[in-house]
Order: sequence, then C-alpha cells, then structure tokens
Amino acid sequence: MLEIKNLRAKVGDREILKGISLTVKTGEVHAIMGPNGSGKSTLAQVLAGRDTYEVTGGEATYQGKDLLEMAPEERARQGLFMAFQYPVEIPGVSTMYLLRAGLNAARKQQGLEELDAMDFLSLVKEQAKLVEMDESLMNRSVNEGFSGGEKKRNEIFQMAVLQPKLAILDETDSGLDIDALRIVANGVNRLRGPDRAIIVVTHYQRLLNYIVPDRVHVLYEGRIVKSGGKELALELEDKGYSWIEEKLARA
Amino acid sequence: MSTSTKTIQDLTEQEYKYGFVTDIEAETIPRGLNEEIIHLISEKKHEPEFMLEWRLKAYRHWLTMKEPTWHNVHYPPIDYQAIFYYSAPKMKKAPKSLEEVDPELLKTYEKLGIPLAEQKLLAGVAVDAVFDSVSVATTFKEKLAELGIIFCSFSEAVLNHPELVRKYLGSVVPYSDNFFATLNSAVFSDGSFAYIPKGVRCPMELSTYFRINAAETGQFERTLIIAEEGASVSYLEGCTAPIRDTNQLHAAVVELVALNNATIKYSTVQNWYPGDREGKGGIYNFVTKRGRCLGVNSKISWTQVETGSAITWKYPSCILQGDNSVGEFYSVAVTNNYQQADTGTKMIHIGKNTRSTIVTKGISAGHGQNTYRGLVKILKGAANARNYSQCDSLLIGDKCGAHTFPYIEVKNSTSRLEHEASTSKIGEDQIFYCRQRGISTEDAVNLIVNGFCKEVFRELPMEFAVEAQKLLGVSLEGSVG
Ligand SMILES: Nc1ncnc2c1ncn2[C@@H]1O[C@H](COP(=O)(O)OP(=O)(O)OP(=O)(O)O)[C@@H](O)[C@H]1O
Ligand SMILES: [Mg+2]
Repeated sequence: MLEIKNLRAKVGDREILKGISLTVKTGEVHAIMGPNGSGKSTLAQVLAGRDTYEVTGGEATYQGKDLLEMAPEERARQGLFMAFQYPVEIPGVSTMYLLRAGLNAARKQQGLEELDAMDFLSLVKEQAKLVEMDESLMNRSVNEGFSGGEKKRNEIFQMAVLQPKLAILDETDSGLDIDALRIVANGVNRLRGPDRAIIVVTHYQRLLNYIVPDRVHVLYEGRIVKSGGKELALELEDKGYSWIEEKLARA
Repeated sequence: MSTSTKTIQDLTEQEYKYGFVTDIEAETIPRGLNEEIIHLISEKKHEPEFMLEWRLKAYRHWLTMKEPTWHNVHYPPIDYQAIFYYSAPKMKKAPKSLEEVDPELLKTYEKLGIPLAEQKLLAGVAVDAVFDSVSVATTFKEKLAELGIIFCSFSEAVLNHPELVRKYLGSVVPYSDNFFATLNSAVFSDGSFAYIPKGVRCPMELSTYFRINAAETGQFERTLIIAEEGASVSYLEGCTAPIRDTNQLHAAVVELVALNNATIKYSTVQNWYPGDREGKGGIYNFVTKRGRCLGVNSKISWTQVETGSAITWKYPSCILQGDNSVGEFYSVAVTNNYQQADTGTKMIHIGKNTRSTIVTKGISAGHGQNTYRGLVKILKGAANARNYSQCDSLLIGDKCGAHTFPYIEVKNSTSRLEHEASTSKIGEDQIFYCRQRGISTEDAVNLIVNGFCKEVFRELPMEFAVEAQKLLGVSLEGSVG
C-alpha cells in the first residue's frame, strides 16, 4: 500500500525528516509514537502533500504510484485521507457541502456518477449515526466554533464518509473524553479491512488498547529509531522516551 | 507547489469571455461635448422640448462642477472632450418587431447568453437590450401591456409616455445631484423604463442587458422604474463590454419610485470588462442608483454582484420617506488584479418606523482594492427607525486591500442601529484542508468565497444566483498561488 524509502523533508533551512523508511501493507494498522517535535505531523503532512515542506530526498510509493508526484487533491481522490492534528475552521462552508464536493470529485475521477443530494444525505446520516455525531454539527460551517473534541470527531466522521484506502490519523485521540475515544476507535476499527491500511499517530498507549496495531514505530528527531509489535507501546508507556534516548546515546 | 502554480497560470490566462467586438455599422456623432452635441442627441431621438431643456440645464450645471476626489479610487484624468457621446447600430428605421432587428445584433446577444427571440427566452423574464447608446429590442412587451405594465426603452417612454417621464425624471436623482449623474442627465442616450400600475404584481422578471460595443464611446444609460400603489416588480440588470486596452466611461443613473405598499427589487450582476492582469483597459463605472420609498409600507431592495469594471463607484441608496418603509442593500463586490471598487449604500430614514438592512461582502484578490462606504442617516422625524449593517471583507493573498468607511448620523434618539464588521483571509491551511478532501484549489476558493457570499446570493432570483456564482469563480480564477 505505502512504501517510504529514506524520505527527507525540510522547512526553510531546517531539516525535519532525516531519512524515514516505512512499509505499510494492506490490511495493516501501524502506530507512530514519539516525543513532541520529533516530526510525526510533518511526516503525515508530507504524505498528504502539503507544500510547506520541501521533500529533499527519498521516495514514497502509494498503490504502486509515485506519491510525491501527485497533487494533494489527487492523493485524496485516490483514497489517502489525513485526519488533521489541528483541524482548520472554514467559515461559510458546511461540512456537508465540503464532503459532498470531495466525495463527488473522487467519484468523478473513478468514472462513477456523482451522488445526488438524496443518496448523499442518506450516506451521511448513516455514517453520522455510527460515529455518534450530532447532525447539527455537519450542517454548521466546517469546525467553526467546534470544541476540541468535536473537531476530532468531525475528522473521523469525514473519514467514515470518504472510506479511504489509507487513513493517517494525526493525534485524533488527543483531547478526547473516554466516550469520544471509544467512538473514534470504533470508527477506525470499522474501517479496518483487508484492502485498507491505517496509520495512527498517538502519544497514548490507551488508544492502542482499542485499536490494536500490527506495528509500532518510534519517531525521534526525524528518524524512525525503533519498530516493534504492539508491546513496544506498552514498553514506551512504562519507560518513557528517555529510555530510547539513552539507548541511542550508547549506540 | 509546481502543480498548483501551473493550473493557476492556465486559469489566469483564460480571457474575459465576453470580450468580443460586434462588427456592425454604427452611427456616431462627433467626439466631445458642447451644447451643439446635446442638441444633436436630443434631435436624433426626436425628443420633446422639455427633455432638451432638462439636458441643457444639466449640462450648464455640470460645467460648474468638479469631478469628485473623496473616493478611494485612483485613475488618470478623464478627457471628457475625447469621448463619443452617442453611438447607435445603424438601422434603416427603428425596429418594430424582433424580425426587423439586425441579425448581427441578435447574434451578439445570443453569444452573450441572452437570446432575444421570444420563443427561446426563459419564460418569466422580459428583456430590454441596450447596445451602446440605444435600446435594440424589448421582449414580451404586448403580454405585459395587457396588465397595464409599461416596459420599454427610455427613448420610447419619452415619446409615448411623456407625462410619466416628466413627473418622475429627476425626482429621485436630480439633474444637479453629482458630477457623474449630472453628466448623465445631459447626455444620456437610452435605458429602460418600467411602470407598474396600481395593484399589479408584475408576473415576470423584468431585465435589461447593457452592452458597450463601440470604442471610445461612453455609455450613459438611464433607468426609471415606478411602482404604483400596491404594485410589485423584480428587475434584473446585466452588463458586459468588449476587451479594449483603453478605458471606457460608463456613467449611468437609476431611479426607483415606490408608492404606498409597493415593492421594488432591483438586482444587478455587473460584469463590465475589468481590464487585463496588468490593469490595462477596463470600464470606469461611475453609477448613481437611488430609490425613493415615497409611500407608506413601501419597500426597495437592492442586490448587487459587482465583479467587473476597472473602477466601480456606486452607492445604491434608499430614501425612506414613507412611514414603515423598508430599504435593503445586499452587495458582493470583487476586485482582482488591479481592479478598484468604492461601493456601498446610503439609507436615509425620514419616515417613522423605517427599517434598513445593509449586508456587504467585499472580496479582494491580486492587487485589488475594495472599499465599503456607507451612510446611515436618521432624521429627526424618523421615530423608531432601525438599521442593521454587516460589512465583511475577505482577502485572498497579501497584495490586496479592504477598507471600510461606515458613516452614521442620528438625529432621533428613539432609533436603534447595529453594526457588525469582519475581515478574514483565505488561508493556505484552509485551501490545503479542502484539497486533502479531494477538492481542487480553484474549487476550494469558490467554495469558501461562495460560503462567504451566501447571505447575498440568497437574495438574488434563482437563475441569477447561479450565474453570479459562476461569474465569481471566473473573476477569482488564479487568485490563489
Ligand atoms: N511549518 C513549519 N515551520 C517551521 N518549523 C516547523 C514547521 N512545521 C514543523 N516545524 C518544526 O518541525 C518539528 C517537527 O514538528 P512536528 O509538528 O512534525 O512534530 P510532532 O512530532 O508532530 O510533534 P507533536 O507531538 O507536538 O505534535 C518541530 O520542531 C516544529 O517546530
Ligand atoms: Mg504533531
């Protein structure tokens, strides 16, 4: 599904990703952990195509295609979804409207007919119910005046409607209450399947109790310094990142 | 970066779609302005004496006036002697019916998406088409006449309904009103006239389509709409001009009169040629539009979508004279590249319980400069007057500007005024968010801009709203890099 080789990226003169390699196969769920500022969001955004970051080396292949060559909307239409760590507010544009435009752009590309208003509405209602999202929220302007938790839930709701092939969730669990956390986790687990893949960026092991990952990676200063199974998350929770730091220093 | 920059380049290079020139033989009079020219215009139109006198009075007054400079628009001095004040497509005689209209002209309107052949017209819209200085065709005239509605060119109204013209011409915008309106009063050549008799609700939208074709010609049209007691009408105005690298002057006047319980809704989608990307060429649009709510419970509502012109200078206003009368102004003004707009409204509250609403949306992109200028004036007798104003600006990029000048004068303490204003910017993060959901940059800008303008578009008649949305998309193409 996704193959990243020695990926490097910078902002201005500052190199943030310093050679990242990561392979995510269909059907898998990967977790990326790592201290603040280690480059997790940068990696997610580079994969989504944000041009603030300049890719200076390496490659990324998505479904056999050169991901880095594709425009952000192109990536999205081909099934790559990113849930933002800090979802932006868009006054005047309802989530419904945004989603419909996005969904239809993807369908058009795939040679499918655009969904009419009625079909779209029933799809959206069904998904809203699944992620227990209040319908009034999706008729409001995108994220405008939403609480922190509502914004995160709105990301999961959009993911549920768009049914991506590869979902990258950037700290979607941060700032959620216990119920919301369960809802988000259920949303992810529902998406899980043999022809999809999911990358979750998180600081907390508790999310991984709900979403059990196939692999866990530790990102540290722009590099993946350790990978392992789900037990790695527990180990990190237990020992903190200093444990990794020490090991790196000794090496 | 590379992909988005490329699409943007493709888009900005797309030309103004209405920029073609119609090759038609025109009858013009000599360049420049003097009393002789005014005599000549009046003569060409076989006007009665009172019209000529009115024009001359205006001209003599104009000579004493100075071009205004208080506005926030900048342009090189206009040489008023270099302009042709009259140009008309040559016709052997005035067309009596559409069959007699020059096919070249019909083709022009067809190309502009305004079919004049009645069978092709969208049911429910009667059109008056003004080409350069004269009206070339008015559709559905007979059908409207059955209801006593008069809808014709201004010239015809002068000849066939002089008593109405005499009574109302200048009653809202006097010949001495302002530099551009006074110039218009002296030289106006044509325009539309509508009269809705007592108690009649006009069953279709009335529409005028203005087209400037000839080079170095000014267009000075004049529109007069009268809604008698209990009458109501919805009127639409559209306009385009060819691409020319010199600036052309357009100085129009619109007067609306609403009597007791009458309602007039006036909608404009202004798409005059805006000039090229470097700011060369384009129409100078200096327009005076004003409505008088003369009767009790009358209502005048202006809705405008201003996307074209190099310079837009207009303040559609309401004089709320009758008790309980209502004035509304809904506006979207877009400035891209080097366009400048100084636009807004005046709400003059005279009668008791008069209410006004102002909702404006200014969008600036490129090097565009967008100014809102508004006046809410509550006179002594206007007990319990209410005004609500909301002025929002949206910036795209960092070379453009938005300016707001709301003036308020209150002479009655029982009045209540509310004013809200905001300025926002389309952020790179908003665009990226949309793109991450599969939406292209252009569509994302459109989405955000349309969301921004929603409250105004809602006021437009359905088909016009769709047109306005598309137009907005075109005028903002390439505005995000
Ligand atoms: N646009 C930018 N301009 C300048 N510096 C940036 C930019 N984006 C990221 N950085 C820097 O790059 C580093 C990595 O940031 P990133 O957001 O990827 O960290 P993160 O691992 O997601 O952290 P957190 O856990 O706090 O979300 C940080 O030091 C950050 O300040
Ligand atoms: Mg982060």
